[in-house]
Amino acid sequence: MHALAQHEGASAGSVANVSEVMQAIAEHKGCGTSGGSGKASCGSAAGQGDLPTEIWEKVKNHPCYSEEAHHHYARMHVAVAPACNIQCNYCNRKYDCANESRPGVVSEKLTPEQAAKKVLAVASTIPQMTVLGIAGPGDPLANPEKTFKTFELISKTAPDIKLCLSTNGLTLPDHVDTIAGFNVDHVTITINMVDPEIGAKIYPWVFWKHKRYTGVEAAKLLTDRQLLGLEMLTERGILCKVNSVMIPGINDKHLVEVNKAVKSRGAFLHNIMPLISAPEHGTVFGLTGQRGPTAQELKALQDSCEGEMNMMRHCRQCRADAVGLLGEDRSAEFTTDKIMAMEVNYDLDSRKAYQAMVEEERVAKVAAKQEELTTLAGEQSDIKLLVAVATKGSGLINEHFGHAKEFQVYELSTAGAKFVGHRRVDLYCQGGYGDEDSLETVIRAINDCHAVFVAKIGGCPKGDLQKAGIDPVDQYAHEFIEKSAIAWFKAYLDKVNSGEIEHVERGDAEIRQGALITAA
Amino acid sequence: MALKIIASQCTSCSACEPECPNVAIREKNGTFIIDPKKCTECIGHFDAPQCTAVCPVDDTCVIDTSYPRYQAPA
Repeated sequence: MHALAQHEGASAGSVANVSEVMQAIAEHKGCGTSGGSGKASCGSAAGQGDLPTEIWEKVKNHPCYSEEAHHHYARMHVAVAPACNIQCNYCNRKYDCANESRPGVVSEKLTPEQAAKKVLAVASTIPQMTVLGIAGPGDPLANPEKTFKTFELISKTAPDIKLCLSTNGLTLPDHVDTIAGFNVDHVTITINMVDPEIGAKIYPWVFWKHKRYTGVEAAKLLTDRQLLGLEMLTERGILCKVNSVMIPGINDKHLVEVNKAVKSRGAFLHNIMPLISAPEHGTVFGLTGQRGPTAQELKALQDSCEGEMNMMRHCRQCRADAVGLLGEDRSAEFTTDKIMAMEVNYDLDSRKAYQAMVEEERVAKVAAKQEELTTLAGEQSDIKLLVAVATKGSGLINEHFGHAKEFQVYELSTAGAKFVGHRRVDLYCQGGYGDEDSLETVIRAINDCHAVFVAKIGGCPKGDLQKAGIDPVDQYAHEFIEKSAIAWFKAYLDKVNSGEIEHVERGDAEIRQGALITAA
Repeated sequence: MALKIIASQCTSCSACEPECPNVAIREKNGTFIIDPKKCTECIGHFDAPQCTAVCPVDDTCVIDTSYPRYQAPA
């Protein structure tokens, strides 16, 4: 980490003008590029901006806290915390399926000792795995002994790995000192409301100090404890991310208030996620038919909250035992049986060397984008549009259309390319042949996009996409995403300006609710 | 009476185990069980049985009517 720190530090020391600073903030926020000044404003830091070096060091290779980092670095969750102390209407703890990807779900629970072994096994296999989180499947702080024992073991055997945890916040104030004691840099609190009347519609009960509370009383208790915990963490310099589940008709409008409340208490990042709700999940919301938001509704809310506060748009709502880059799940490679049989060779130096390579790739990506951005300088257009990208990571267009499990979505304008989200899709191609229904699912998921960038695509889906009004683009295969998107957008504007094509708005898209199907 | 855990309902989340004031709950064959000899229905400890209050699945920690009512010591 120190080798990398030096590299980052070199550009941090230089004096930046205001537009450079703004650009760098935007960069960090995942806002992509801004302005048409044509300057390579980000330098080589790949996103530090005006963040103090101390904070930048904490987030630069944390895939959940930095959109830019999530293309390059991986995380893992260990499921050591099965117990929970509150009930949420979007959660059903009985439902567990290996093909299911959503918070609160795991395939097997681990003891702290098994978890420590798993972390070493994964860290040796995936050198870009930099973050270990405890996210459940219950609440980590409802299982404090197991959670902190796991942190203790890992901080001894793999000291370079960042520790973080995700909590509902009910008992957070009781554990802040212990959290600080383990040098946990990142804590995520799920805050869905700051109004107990609204909370009563989301939480049927909380269990606190030997008593089950229900209704408004329960929600009041929860929100008070959450906000107190947030303030206590902020005071200690621990970075806080706030997760909020967007539930249309219940808290969708209210989340703007939540955003203000957490911002004023020093939250670092706000992650508004769509409700995952289907009858087969057996959740209260699933059974009552409570719908999740559409892609446009989610984006509109995220856009409206994006003021001075960083918004996270790259969350994959992953399982409490997920392993790998955010868009992938390699947990099946690391089951307890497999780990116990694994020869683990934890080599800090080779991990550092690998990560230094990742940093070079990352810097090259940003430089390429900045260079391409200069070609947009002077362009005048109000056109804003979305494009979908098939990627396996590293910021490259490197996935076959038919193999993509998700598409990343970028908003293009004369200001540049901005990451605004992702769409999960079924595998379109399984066993080498296309499946018509799956293609329809993909089209529904990216229906708001003008184009889809892929490394490769077959003739048949290509035709269907064109019929649906989505341009399949394979000419930028294995090139950098943002650079390519900007180049494509420039050409698109030229065609619109010359009258060759007419710009039309696209419709809304669907956010997928079902299970993530693991690779066949 | 004592409480019992309906095994088919138990998610094995372990939330009940540390809450029991009588240390009557332990894991057995993948789910949790209550030792009826130790269970006091939390009488004298709390207003409500703790396992029932913390359990995430309704009707899982229930009164076992095959045992006589717990008598708090005078």
